Amino acid sequence: MNDLSAGVMAAFGLIFNLDHNLVEISLRSLAVTFSAIAIASLIGLPFGAWLAVTRFRYRRVTIAILNALMGLPPVVVGLVLYVLLSRSGPFGVLNLLFTPTAMIIAQTILILPIVASLAHQALRELWFQYHDLLISINTSKWQRMGALLLDGRRSLLTAVLTGFGRGIGEIGAIMIVGGNIDHLTRVLTTAIALEVSKGNFPLAIGLGIVLILLAILINIAIHILSRTEREGTW
Amino acid sequence: MVTSILPLKLEEATVRKGGSRILGPLDLTLDGEGCTILLGPNGAGKTTLLRLLHGLDRTSGGQARWATPREEAYLRQSFVFQSPVVMRRSVRDNIAYPLLVRGVGRKEARERAVEWIAHVGLAGADDKPAQILSGGEKQKLAIARALIIKPEVLFLDEPAANLDGTSTRDIEALILRAARAGTRIVMATHNFGQARRLADDILFIYRGRIHERGPAKEFFAGPETKEAETFIKGDLLL
Repeated sequence: MNDLSAGVMAAFGLIFNLDHNLVEISLRSLAVTFSAIAIASLIGLPFGAWLAVTRFRYRRVTIAILNALMGLPPVVVGLVLYVLLSRSGPFGVLNLLFTPTAMIIAQTILILPIVASLAHQALRELWFQYHDLLISINTSKWQRMGALLLDGRRSLLTAVLTGFGRGIGEIGAIMIVGGNIDHLTRVLTTAIALEVSKGNFPLAIGLGIVLILLAILINIAIHILSRTEREGTW
Repeated sequence: MVTSILPLKLEEATVRKGGSRILGPLDLTLDGEGCTILLGPNGAGKTTLLRLLHGLDRTSGGQARWATPREEAYLRQSFVFQSPVVMRRSVRDNIAYPLLVRGVGRKEARERAVEWIAHVGLAGADDKPAQILSGGEKQKLAIARALIIKPEVLFLDEPAANLDGTSTRDIEALILRAARAGTRIVMATHNFGQARRLADDILFIYRGRIHERGPAKEFFAGPETKEAETFIKGDLLL
C-alpha cells in the first residue's frame, strides 16, 4: 500500500512539476503510437471495408487469420522484427534497429490486424443494410467502400481507439526493437519496466498513472471532437 | 434523345434459391409507357421478379436483356424497396447520393437534392439525419432518391405496404406524377385499391409464373383465370 500511495504522490509530483523527462518520454510514447495508428488506419480501415464488400474464395480463411492475428504476441513480433532489422538481417542496411521508426513499424504490425478486423466487423453490419441499395444505385466497388467508410465512421472510431489502446500500453515489441535508450527510444512503458527493475516502485507507479491518465484523456478528447453519443443513434 | 433502354425482354427466365425454383420459367416483354402493377399473393414471386428485372437477382436459367448494354441500362433505372434503406447521412445527402455516384459535382448534386426534398414534401428536413424520419418520410426520401437521376424505368416493391392512409396517398401521387412525366413504372403490390388507382396494366403473378396479363380495366372487369378472379373477389387464394 505504501508503494501505491507513494506512487500517486510521485505521479502528482511529476505532472505538476511538468518533469522534463516525463514530458519527453510521454510525447515520444504518443508520437510512436499515433504514427503507428495512423499507418494502421490508413491500411486497415480500407482493407476492412474491402473485406466487407468483396466475396472471394479464401474470404473466410482471410477473416479467420485476421482475427487470430489480433492476439499476436508483441514479444514475438519484436523478436522477428529485431532479426530482420539487425545488422546481419535482410533490412540491416536501413539502420533502423533501436530507432523510433523501428518501434512504429512494430506497433503498426500489432495494431493493423485489430483495426482491420474490428473495421470489418462494424462495416459488415452496415453493408448488410446497404447492400441492395448500393447495388441498385449501380455503385462501383470503390464507391461502396467509400460509402461504408464514411457512414460507418463512428463505429470505425472504436476500432481505431482500440488499436490506440493496444499500442500505447504495449511494451514487448518496442522494448526489443527500441532498446529503451534514454533520450532516443525510451517511452512510458519501457521507462516503467526500467524503474521496476531498479526497484523504484513509486516512480514506476507514478509513470503508470500518467500512462493511464493519458490514455483516458486521449479517448475523451477524440470522443468530444467526433461528437459521438450526441447526434441520434449514429 | 438517347436511345431507350426499353424494351426489356425476359426469355425463359428462371430464378432458383436454395435448390427450389421460385420464379419462372417466364417470358416477358416490358415496353411502352405507363404503370404496370404486379399483383399476386404473398410468396408468388413479385419481389423476385422485380429484383430480377432490376438486376438485383440473377437468372438461374434463361436470360434478361435490355435494349442497350447492361451497364448503360443500370444507370437509367431506380428501385424503391419495401422497407426503405436510408443511409446514415442527412436527408439531403441521402437524396444527392445517386448523383454523386454518377459523377455530378457535390454542389450541384446538393442543389438538385434540395429541389427534390421540396417535390416530395419533406421541406425543412434537409439537414436532419435520415434515420430519425418516420416510416412514410423515409419512403418519400427513397422515392426522391430514386427519381433524382431521372430514371427511364422505376421499380417499386410495395412502397406503401406499412404506411397509413395519408402517406400512401402522398406516395401514390408521387408515383402518378412520375408516370405522367414519362417514367415507366413497374410496381408490386397486393393492395387492390392501390392497383386500381395506379395501374395501366396488370401482371398477375401466381406460384412463380405470370398467370395473367392485361390492361387494368379488363382485368378488374373480368379476369380470365379462376385464380385471378378468386383473388379479386377477396377470397383467400391458397
